Amino acid sequence: MEKFVRLDGLVAPLDRANVDTDAIIPKQFLKSIKRSGFGPNLFDAWRYLDPGEPGMDNLRRPLNQAFVLNQPRYKGAQILLARENFGCGSSREHAPWALLDFGLRCIIAPSYADIFFNNCFKNGLLPVILEGGAVDQLFREVEATPGYRLVVDLEKQVVLSPRGQAFAFSIDAFRKHCLLNGFDEIGLTLQHADQIRAFEAKRRAEQPWLFG
Amino acid sequence: MKQAQTLYDKLWTSHVVREESDGTALIYIDRHLVHEVTSPQAFEGLRLAGRQPWRVDSIVATADHNTPTRDWDHGIRDPISRIQVETLDANIKAFGAKAYFPFLDARQGIVHVIGPEQGATLPGMTVVCGDSHTSTHGAFACLAFGIGTSEVEHVLATQCLVMKKARNMLVEVSGRLGRGVTAKDVVLAVIGEIGTAGGTGCAIEFAGSAVRALSMEGRMTLCNMAIEAGARAGMVAADEVTIEYLRGRNFSPTGEAWERAAAYWRILVSDPGAHFDKVIRLDGAGIEPQVTWGTSPEMVGSIDSRVPDPAQIVDPTKRKSIERALDYMGLQPDTPITEIRIDKVFIGSCTNSRIEDLRAAASVVKGRRVAGSVKLAMVVPGSGLVKRQAEAEGLDRVFREAGFDWREPGCSMCLAMNDDRLEPGERCAATSNRNFEGRQGAGGRTHLVSPAMAAAAAIAGRFVDVRSQF
Ligand code: SF4
Repeated sequence: MEKFVRLDGLVAPLDRANVDTDAIIPKQFLKSIKRSGFGPNLFDAWRYLDPGEPGMDNLRRPLNQAFVLNQPRYKGAQILLARENFGCGSSREHAPWALLDFGLRCIIAPSYADIFFNNCFKNGLLPVILEGGAVDQLFREVEATPGYRLVVDLEKQVVLSPRGQAFAFSIDAFRKHCLLNGFDEIGLTLQHADQIRAFEAKRRAEQPWLFG
Repeated sequence: MKQAQTLYDKLWTSHVVREESDGTALIYIDRHLVHEVTSPQAFEGLRLAGRQPWRVDSIVATADHNTPTRDWDHGIRDPISRIQVETLDANIKAFGAKAYFPFLDARQGIVHVIGPEQGATLPGMTVVCGDSHTSTHGAFACLAFGIGTSEVEHVLATQCLVMKKARNMLVEVSGRLGRGVTAKDVVLAVIGEIGTAGGTGCAIEFAGSAVRALSMEGRMTLCNMAIEAGARAGMVAADEVTIEYLRGRNFSPTGEAWERAAAYWRILVSDPGAHFDKVIRLDGAGIEPQVTWGTSPEMVGSIDSRVPDPAQIVDPTKRKSIERALDYMGLQPDTPITEIRIDKVFIGSCTNSRIEDLRAAASVVKGRRVAGSVKLAMVVPGSGLVKRQAEAEGLDRVFREAGFDWREPGCSMCLAMNDDRLEPGERCAATSNRNFEGRQGAGGRTHLVSPAMAAAAAIAGRFVDVRSQF
């Protein structure tokens, strides 16, 4: 997994609540057996005017100019500003894969759906939670200021605005540790293999019907 | 004295392998369900790291999302779908599984239908799958929840997950449900009440006399949509209904092990006085048949209500989402739900494709005809075994004679990864669980309802109160 330490990035605002993972990456693209290549189809139904299918040449498709990520001023955005319950619905990890493949490294929202939130950490995508008032303010600032950037400092757990305002956020210590170091969680868990084996043996003795 | 525990507390505690001081725990996983969409990258990861599955006999796999629902003798025509299904075939062959129900197998079906049907989901288990509707299995007093593909790989490699305990939430439905009111209506009403983020960070236990009175099929419908209420896991305490359902199933224990298991299962209930962080109470008798009108399951109302008027909504974010939803759904504010006409009907999905669901729909359809204005009405049984049972009961004839398509099992038009889908602008009465934009096909408009309500809508060509149809 790629490390996440500090990011100074352009911000794009997606002003909708309850953005679901079906919208982030529609199901027809889940047929892929790879982890990469989902970026061109991120928010496919909102980004393009024609129905998208796998294998299309996305560069030739008509763009929905009204959609925020198609506006030139947000080109190259690495931070997505979003509303509550972002990433609800399907468990598809293709959602964070698509966001990352598009170039985003961080999302800022007041709340997330649990599975999506979890999936982000496994891929080096940082979901920052700020309270609603702060998010409202950031929406106003980013919309009023072309080229608006934020600094996200994971080590210090703060988001810094261009005017020097600091928004602190909290994050689970284990997740922070994994992100800062780009750790492979499976490797960490396997350090406890003996303990897992012992637990399993006990369980097998007590509830043998769960095994075999 | 031991502190009173909730069912969730008991399930959690009995699976903790180790716990860090900050509450991060390693949780042991008993059952790992696998389907073709969320597993290829996990198996690939395993392969790249040179790892083997930790416990092959925990794995039960099937292909369900991409499989066609007709012309099975032609195989899977879409080449990309076919590759994904064949990739699962190859991965199971290479790594192994306790059971695999591939495309064309008589027991193949939606992963959340076949697990319980086979007795592969047992009380007291932790059950995971790379699929958010894994919450369904919580109906068996399991801790069951959906995971992402990295976690699929993590479970394959370690038989464990790293997680923190969720909060306890109780949804208590008292009293008795009225005639024609089902588990689907209950869960839609709950979501309407608490919103799609109402259960975020929580494990929901559904309890109360109206829940106790439900069959296992009904309880599965309820837990299935816990995720639409924002909760990763939903559950119902074990009782004699649970135990009777499991007796004699393919993977259920037998003989002396059965007696021991059943005795253990009976303690899988919340202790009296156990603490819940959040409690919601509903009167079952007050719940009416529900229909969603928007693009999120929380945008729901009873059959005798009207589509809301965004102009009346004060909160700007909420007003905007209702405006956007009505625009997408092609609906005018204040339209009575019963005036909404439909183009298609889909009876299926892991929410409502079990035998009881098909019986309920068939009882409404019997002796009637699908309205001429309805372009397609289809029934997609949840599994091969459900299909066979329905045919043995003659339900397929009831549906066919009324003008329904009777299809092969799979996820089908719940998410339209196969050929079954809505065309842009088409409006569908669906028994599935998500009405998101484009969920059933780009531009398609989904209204979530119970099987009986979907059947009644098929006959009338618009939404009607199923209670007026008896
Ligand atoms: S039926 Fe629908 S919700 Fe259920 S597993 Fe299949 S696609 Fe997912």
